[in-house]
Amino acid sequence: MHIDPIEQFQIKNFLPMMSVGSHQIAFNNAALYMLIIVAAVSVLFIGVTTSRALVPGRMQSLAEMTYEFVAHTLRSQTGAEGMKFFPFVFTLFMFILFANLIGLIPYSFEVMAQLVVTASLALLVFFIVVGYGLWKHGLRWFKVFVPKGVPIFVLPMIVLIEVVSFLTRPVSHSVRLFGNMLAGHIALQVFAAFVLMIGGYGILGWFGAVMPFIMIILTYALELLVAAVQAYVFAILTCIYLNDAIHPGH
Amino acid sequence: MATTATTSTAPPEQGGFPPFQSQNFPSQLFWLALTFVLLYVLMAKVALPRIGAILTERGKHIADDLEAAQRFKERSEAAQASYQEALAAARGRAQAIAGAERERQAAAATKMQKRLEAELRERLAAAEQSIGETRAKAMGNVGAIATDAACAILERLVGKTPPTQQVAATVADVIKR
Repeated sequence: MHIDPIEQFQIKNFLPMMSVGSHQIAFNNAALYMLIIVAAVSVLFIGVTTSRALVPGRMQSLAEMTYEFVAHTLRSQTGAEGMKFFPFVFTLFMFILFANLIGLIPYSFEVMAQLVVTASLALLVFFIVVGYGLWKHGLRWFKVFVPKGVPIFVLPMIVLIEVVSFLTRPVSHSVRLFGNMLAGHIALQVFAAFVLMIGGYGILGWFGAVMPFIMIILTYALELLVAAVQAYVFAILTCIYLNDAIHPGH
Repeated sequence: MATTATTSTAPPEQGGFPPFQSQNFPSQLFWLALTFVLLYVLMAKVALPRIGAILTERGKHIADDLEAAQRFKERSEAAQASYQEALAAARGRAQAIAGAERERQAAAATKMQKRLEAELRERLAAAEQSIGETRAKAMGNVGAIATDAACAILERLVGKTPPTQQVAATVADVIKR
């Protein structure tokens, strides 16, 4: 029996749609799950709030608490001026959170275990930060690379470090999410493969398979945490980066 | 699995590690952009304004209720205060009425007492006067009787009638002494 732990990340094209130049665009499993994410988030935040109940039900409470949580996170990082980015941060957070949670359903597909997806989101944040910073503050925005109160003779060095660390942000921002999701899903798959492999050796194997099975349960619990934490980390880093665009002088 | 149309351009599912298969990137980017923008529009235009409105509405409702409760409390306290005031006023008036009545009755009693006392004093005086008169009359009679008796005694002793004037003067003199 051969179980490939990488096979779960395989893109499967269901329906070719069009070609742009030499590139093929197709409806694939990633696209399907992205649509499922949009549908799930919409159900939670639009479907259950249609009644606009003054005394919220359970699901409306959940939607409201999420709203207030994200709003509070963004406001504590960027202040009141950052609230114009609230829909963006909220969408980003919910998109990643639901991608990670839906990806944990067995036989489903983890959208965030695709580097191109996380890199796109990280670059989107990066360019919003740069674009908004330059649009709002003009060239004075570059003060973000010049920390206050640094002696003049180490300043060039510090500025260089700041610039490099700023430019590498999209890399760490995207690879952190991608790597966590990839590794978690591989670990689950490997333990599952162990269960099947050991279980294949008759009665004794069934008992032996209990250990990796318990590991699956524990890893799954951990991955639920990681799914939420990584979505939160991505969102709060976005807030911190946005703060650089809004308040470049710190 | 892959359809024949995609396999015709490039063998898609043999390029090593799936997340690095660049022939799938355009599809993923396309769908990511589409779904992310769709979700952004849904959240920014529908969901978040609605939830924000719900929260604002609830906050306003709670604030209004608290304010109304405060207003009712103030009103009830005012009613309580005015009740206390009215009660105190009524009590004061009752005490004033009671005091006035008491004084009036006391005055009436004093007056009646004085009148009775005066009457009694008058009667006492009248009685004393009549007693005095009676005694004076009695004393006057005593003089006449003593004079008659002295005359009779003298007549018996001397044998002749003494001058009444003289005897009477002497008797009056003796009585006086």
